[in-house]
Amino acid sequence: MNAPFITVTSVSKHFDPQLSLGDHIAGVLGGAVETRAVRAVQDVSLELVRGEVLGLVGESGCGKSTLGRMIAGILPPTAGAVAIEGAPVMAGRRPARKRTTRVQMIFQDPYASLDPRMRVGDALAEGPIVHRLVSRAAAPAYVAGWLRKVGLAADAAQRYPHQFSGGQRQRIAIARALAMQPDVLVCDEPVASLDVSIQAQVLNLFLALRHELALTMVFISHHLGVVRHVSDRVAIMYLGRIVEIGPADAIYTHPQHPYTQALLQSVPQLTLTEDVVTSFKPIDGELPSPLAPPPGCAFHQRCALAEPRCRQQVPLMRDVGRQHAAACHLLPASTDVPSASAR
Amino acid sequence: MSAPLLRVRDLATHFFTRAGVLKAVDGVSFDLSAGEILGLVGESGSGKSVTGYSLLGLIDPPGRIVAGSIRLHDQELIGLPPAALRDLRGRRLAMVFQDPMTTLNPVLTIAAQMQLALGAHERVSARAGRARAADVLTRVGIPDAARRLDAYPHQFSGGMRQRVAIAVALLNRPDVIVADEPTTALDVSIQAQILAEMKALVRDLGTALIWISHDLAVVSALASRILVMYAGRIVEQGPTATVLRAPRHPYTGGLLDSLPSRAAPGQTLQQIPGLPPTLAALPAGCAFHPRCARADVACQVAPETTLAGTRGWRCHHPLAEPAP
Repeated sequence: MNAPFITVTSVSKHFDPQLSLGDHIAGVLGGAVETRAVRAVQDVSLELVRGEVLGLVGESGCGKSTLGRMIAGILPPTAGAVAIEGAPVMAGRRPARKRTTRVQMIFQDPYASLDPRMRVGDALAEGPIVHRLVSRAAAPAYVAGWLRKVGLAADAAQRYPHQFSGGQRQRIAIARALAMQPDVLVCDEPVASLDVSIQAQVLNLFLALRHELALTMVFISHHLGVVRHVSDRVAIMYLGRIVEIGPADAIYTHPQHPYTQALLQSVPQLTLTEDVVTSFKPIDGELPSPLAPPPGCAFHQRCALAEPRCRQQVPLMRDVGRQHAAACHLLPASTDVPSASAR
Repeated sequence: MSAPLLRVRDLATHFFTRAGVLKAVDGVSFDLSAGEILGLVGESGSGKSVTGYSLLGLIDPPGRIVAGSIRLHDQELIGLPPAALRDLRGRRLAMVFQDPMTTLNPVLTIAAQMQLALGAHERVSARAGRARAADVLTRVGIPDAARRLDAYPHQFSGGMRQRVAIAVALLNRPDVIVADEPTTALDVSIQAQILAEMKALVRDLGTALIWISHDLAVVSALASRILVMYAGRIVEQGPTATVLRAPRHPYTGGLLDSLPSRAAPGQTLQQIPGLPPTLAALPAGCAFHPRCARADVACQVAPETTLAGTRGWRCHHPLAEPAP
């Protein structure tokens, strides 16, 4: 296996409530003030090899976007670090700043991520000019090249975002990220706000660009079908932790963690070959609050197989196949590494 | 076959704007039987939501229902005075919207809102109202309903809020519920819970349901029959399984082919070229023809609906019927 290109080392992100003086006083006097931190991401470690696409899947509140932002270097972790080829993406103290242009991010909503009063050409040229990737004089030709690459006409540079449809705006957002010549792209639900027929066009663009530019990608989505289509490996998150990670094929055909299995079954799937057109099976219960994650395995309250130890000990990741690992007490490990917390 | 519960014929809802007349719904006809689940599928701007709003008379200026007929049992709904429509809404026809946070009043407790919905149609004592509200909330899967009645909407999660909105729609035992993308804003696991509950509710109560969604898989999980809309018209209709297995309209076929599950992982997806048309500048003839590989000169004239048994499609060059 190649040396890791991106290393995510035990990152955690806690959001402390921003309490005013009044809140503090009310808290002391016994008022209902929330003083607990939201534990959005807890102790996540990952490695990506160059050119790989990692899908990050989970329900809202599971921490997938927070993890994506930390990998993109736009959100400092509370603990742990993210590095590309050994160089940290963020450095400095209070506040830590992004230190590299090698990683760029694409957001869900192309209506919110583009400045409505900036011409598309200016929006695309701003970053590359500031970082001296291109001179001001050469910028128009440079921008036109990237616009063509994402399937837009070069004259799009003269227009404003409101003159484009949602799918076209997402192409602009992709061009803007690519114009920084990144090695890594973090895409947070990039097709979630697009219509079905447009979704396919944008996914095809991602697949084509990935090969053409040899991009390493983190692809975040709640849509299991989309993630399977674009990803080499998939990580399933639940309440701030990765509960299963492995090759996309293995995750979808042989899911090991009870949550992954339940999640896959809960999605209505069009299976047109049999008499049953669509089958799905809901998971009981709701996602617990990240303010007070349950002790032990965070999924134990919704898990039909939960045992007493699931309520007490946080399960560690264990290998369950080739490059395939899951965090569940009930799994027979192919190479079980005994540790203090998991006997 | 018994007479349909709801009979919609040639419904046309247009919006009169400065940019011109937008024909959001243009000649939609369908029947709905008691207890049936009908799926209404389309992309944004296809007119699926406006069709739903038209059924309940919820079209505000500059929009107007300009033609057609909507009959519930034997009563014509188009042209009814507002007071009569108001009496029907909630009692005979109810609606569930996409975003439960804007449906529910944030400053009233669940009990107070449900009491209002009940009181709009009949005189109910506070005690009897609470009992009925608790009963309906239990039905939609809210645990400990009697105690949760005094909670405010913000104290519920998104999935629970949508359950409350569904409970409000069910309160007066309507004949028809129109649900407009009710699970789109929810997580997949919560969506599955609500789909399963809706299926059971419709079966138990005999309520007819119109489920509006852009997601073919979700609609196919619920609906026995689907209508596919494109640019204000129904382009294909029929039993869900047959339509999805062997679509006749190229648009339906294109939508199905563009699903990631239809291609091997990593392979290029079949895509429908181009963009959905804007209502202000609809192409002449069949609105789909600029994006359609099968289009020719005949498509300059808008096709009429071809009916064959339980199915129907609006296309001059339908996809081949599968070998039997």
